[in-house]
Order: sequence, then structure tokens, then C-alpha cells
Amino acid sequence: MLKLYDIAVQSRLLLGTARFPSPAILAEAVRRSKTEIVTVSLRRETSGGKASGAFFDLIRELGVRVLPNTAGCHSVQEAVLTAKMAREVFRTDWIKLEVIGHHDTLQPDVFGLVEAARILTAEGFQVFPYTTDDLVVAEKLLEAGCRVLMPWCAPIGSAMGPVNPMALRTFRAHFPDLPLIVDAGIGRPSHAAQVMELGYDAVLLNTAVAGAGDPASMAEAFALAIEAGRLAHSAVPLEPRDMAVPSTPVIGKAVFS
Amino acid sequence: MRILVKGAGVAGLTVAWQLYRHGFDVTIAERAGKVGTGASGFAGGMLAPWCERESAEEPVLTLGRSAADWWEAALPGHVQRKGTLVVAGGRDAGELDRFAGRTSGWEWLDDAGISALEPDLAGRFRKALFFRQEAHLDPRKALSALTAGLEEARMRFLFGAAGAPERYDRVIDCTGAARIGRIPNLRGVRGEMLSLESDEITLSRPVRLLHPRHPIYIVPREKSRFMIGATMLESEDAGPVTARSLMELLNAAYALHPAFGEARLVETGAGVRPAYPDNLPRMTEDGDTIHVNGFYRHGFLLAPAMAGEVARRLLAEQRQPERRAS
Repeated sequence: MLKLYDIAVQSRLLLGTARFPSPAILAEAVRRSKTEIVTVSLRRETSGGKASGAFFDLIRELGVRVLPNTAGCHSVQEAVLTAKMAREVFRTDWIKLEVIGHHDTLQPDVFGLVEAARILTAEGFQVFPYTTDDLVVAEKLLEAGCRVLMPWCAPIGSAMGPVNPMALRTFRAHFPDLPLIVDAGIGRPSHAAQVMELGYDAVLLNTAVAGAGDPASMAEAFALAIEAGRLAHSAVPLEPRDMAVPSTPVIGKAVFS
Repeated sequence: MRILVKGAGVAGLTVAWQLYRHGFDVTIAERAGKVGTGASGFAGGMLAPWCERESAEEPVLTLGRSAADWWEAALPGHVQRKGTLVVAGGRDAGELDRFAGRTSGWEWLDDAGISALEPDLAGRFRKALFFRQEAHLDPRKALSALTAGLEEARMRFLFGAAGAPERYDRVIDCTGAARIGRIPNLRGVRGEMLSLESDEITLSRPVRLLHPRHPIYIVPREKSRFMIGATMLESEDAGPVTARSLMELLNAAYALHPAFGEARLVETGAGVRPAYPDNLPRMTEDGDTIHVNGFYRHGFLLAPAMAGEVARRLLAEQRQPERRAS
């Protein structure tokens, strides 16, 4: 079973709550995907942190664990402040840490990320950092006290799926025992299945579900794909070969040449 | 039947108008000193159910498609039936296909088609979607005209009064965001807008600029003015527009046409839209009061259909008073 900062979870799908057509559709997506963790943005989806009581009540009524995030924060100071506000609003030490370095590509500012992770860990937060697939940055995040890492597989909202499977494979191999969640860049259930087959522990999604024509059905499709990918990984899939291997002996041919 | 309508935004005035047309004795109470001081005054006034269907549920289209006819009948000359143009910047061109895949009632235009409709946009976009059946109106002018029409019909307006002194058979509460926290599950969705003034560019119809993060629309108004909106934030804060939102709205206007860079910023505004969890309006009953609320971003679009529903309800009650819920 997956444990995130000592909390055991069954579902390996974490769902963002932004940009759904309506809270009712969000609730249906949560129900159909059986997700146990949703992320909520305090800054980007609200107004300068002055959050709607009613919207957050709706989130709480979903009956799932809330992982507040610092989406839209462009500096260490802003991210730390948002994390503290989130702790007040949702009464949790969990924080999905985003420090955006580039407004256009939403690429994380990894230097600010490490610094903010250090500050927040010291203040008792349990940090889920949104990072790149860079190993050195990942090690620094662990030094800063993170016990979960969330590498991207492509830029946020791009829906491209894993653009560098090699890097994801290396990342997994380098941290064999650490909970690793692929965050950002997933577009389709097949992408989610692919990273789960690589041995990732979970997948965090938002746009791929919220922006789908039927978000609730897509959420369920992702849950199934994640389950399939997880099962495939534990079943040890075949590694690709560069030539065909017949599954039954070929009569009359002793060897292939 | 004596009816009190509470709230003189688009919902209240539309309901009052519809009930007056059916011969009810109607009084309107508005806590503010004038009409349209809530979210209605900041509306885009787009009667665009086909475009809205991109993210809204089916009733927005089924209830909204007759809105333009209702407004035209109530206020002749106010409705402009010029359609909606939907464009996307070069890098976001994929957004147009996505939008087309989720809507109906559009046709593709090439650059020649775009410049035939909006000459000032010539050469700026290679492809656009045109929603021919859509319309728009100026919300503030429309609300003033409805008010003038109702006053002419000798309807009573009680401004600023805390409570109406007389007895009424039914109260229709159309006070929108004022009911947040009192009607279960009603929440606020903050919206911010701005108005620009420019003689350097002319548009004849609303233009929507698609963007994965900040889709915006520009609605031309009289006197070289353009209304640009609107943000969608899960917040009940009605405070002034934020620097970030202002930047995003201006940026989008500038991306549509650089002439907006030289325009004058003549107004900024922010309001709170009342919404239920499915973002669809609802008519609910509470004793003698009927609540009509939750118009979200579809006040001008869906108020006529909801007003019709209220009228049908009261007419049925008038015919069969014993069936009235108490």
C-alpha cells in the first residue's frame, strides 16, 4: 500500500480541482475515480487568498483528503505565505509546493523550490514538491526534508505525456524506495498507464480530466489506467527486444539467423 | 395576486416584467438606491448559449436559445444579432479545434471571412469560429430601459427600504449574491472586468479570445467603448480588481489587437456571481417565498427562461389556489 508521510492511501490517483465546468462535475469525477486526495489552489483559483467559504465547503464535503497547493506562486516568499494560509484554511500540514520560475511554460524554479522546501519543512510542513526530472535537484529536495517527490513528465497542462521516458526511468531507479508521483503533463489514460508501468507510485492530474468533454468519465478512465499500469508493473512486463520471438517453436527451423 | 419582487438586478427586473405582462400586481424592492448594482451591472450581456455550452451543461443552451427573442420583444432595438467570433493566438490554435469539438452552431472562417466580418482584425488570425445565431446587448442600457418601462406601467419601486410595509401573497427573492450563506450550497464566483475606450479600432460583435489559462471576451459598446471580461475566481470577495487580473485582461486585449495598447482605461469593476454547484439557476420555495438564484455567468441569458418558469408557477397557483404549497 502507498504511504505518503505515514498516511496510507488506496487510490493512486491525485486529482486537481481547478477549471472543472462546475463543482458538481468535480464531485462526480471524484466519486467515479475513487480518488482519496484532491489538490486545491489557494491563490490561483481564489482572489489573493481570500477564499470563498462556500467553495471550500464544497471541497471539504467531498470527503477526501485535501492537499493544498501553492499554484501560481512565483517566489519563495509567496509560496511560503500561501502554504501557511493553506494550513489555516484546511488544517493540514500537507502542502504541494510549486514555485514557478517561468510564467509562460510554468516550469518550476528549482532553486526557489529547494529553499521554500527547507523553510516549510523546518516549520513542520510535509512537503510534496512539484519538480523536474533532474536528479541533483531531487537530492537537494530530500536534503531539505521532502519525503515524497513529484517530477513532471511534461510541462503543466501540455497533455503531451512522458516526453523523456528515459529520465523518468532513471529517476525511479535512483530513488527505489521513495514515493514518487508524476505531476503535470499527463494528457491521456495511456500516459498514466505508461508511467505506472515504469514503477511510479501515483499520478497527479488536473487539466486532463477537467478539460475533457466528459470529466467524470475521463476521471474513471484514468483510475482504471492507473490500476492497470500498477498491476502491469508488479507483474514485471517484458522488456522490448529488437527482433521477433515466436511464441511457439517453429517446425523445421533449428535456428534463426 | 399581490407579488413582491426583491432585488432589481437582471433576475428581479426580468421576473417583474414577465409577471406584469401576465397581469400580476407587482412591487419591486431594492435595498440599493438604484437598479443593477450587483453582478448584473458588470455583465458582458452576451446572449451566447452555443459558445457557453463549451463548459456549461445542456440546459444553458436549451433555456438560453430563446433569450435574444425575449429581450428583443421586451426592449425593441436593444438586441444586436451579429453573432460571436471566436479566435485563438497562433500558438493556441489547437484551442479552436477543442472549442469546436464541444460546441455546435458554428462555421469555420478563414482570414478572408474574418476580415469580411471584422475588417480591423484582417490579417491577425488565420482561422476563426463564427456563431451566427448569437446576439448581445448592453446590460446597463437594458436594465435602465426595463426599469423605465416598468415605471411607465406604474409599477412600484421601493428603493433602500429594509422591508416592504404591506402584505403580499408571494415574495420572489431575486437578491442573488446577497443570499450566499443563507441558501444552502449557493456560492460566489468572483468576476472582474474593465472598459477601454479607443477610436482606433472598431468591432461589431463580441470576440472571444481562447487561451488555455485565461480565455477572455471583448464586447463592443457604444461610444468607442469595449467591455473586457471576465475572470472566474472561486471567491466571494467583491473588492477592486487585482493587479494580476488587470494585467491578464489587458494582455489579452492587446493580443487581440495592438491598438488596445493605446486605448484609455475608463472603468474597472468586480462583482460576485451567485452559483449553485452545477452552475445552473434554480427556482426554490421556502414558505411564501420563491427564490430565483444561481445565475452564475448567465444572468441575461437565462433570466428570461427562469422568469417564464416563475410566471407559469404563479399562474397555475392562481387557477388552483388549494394546491399551493404553504
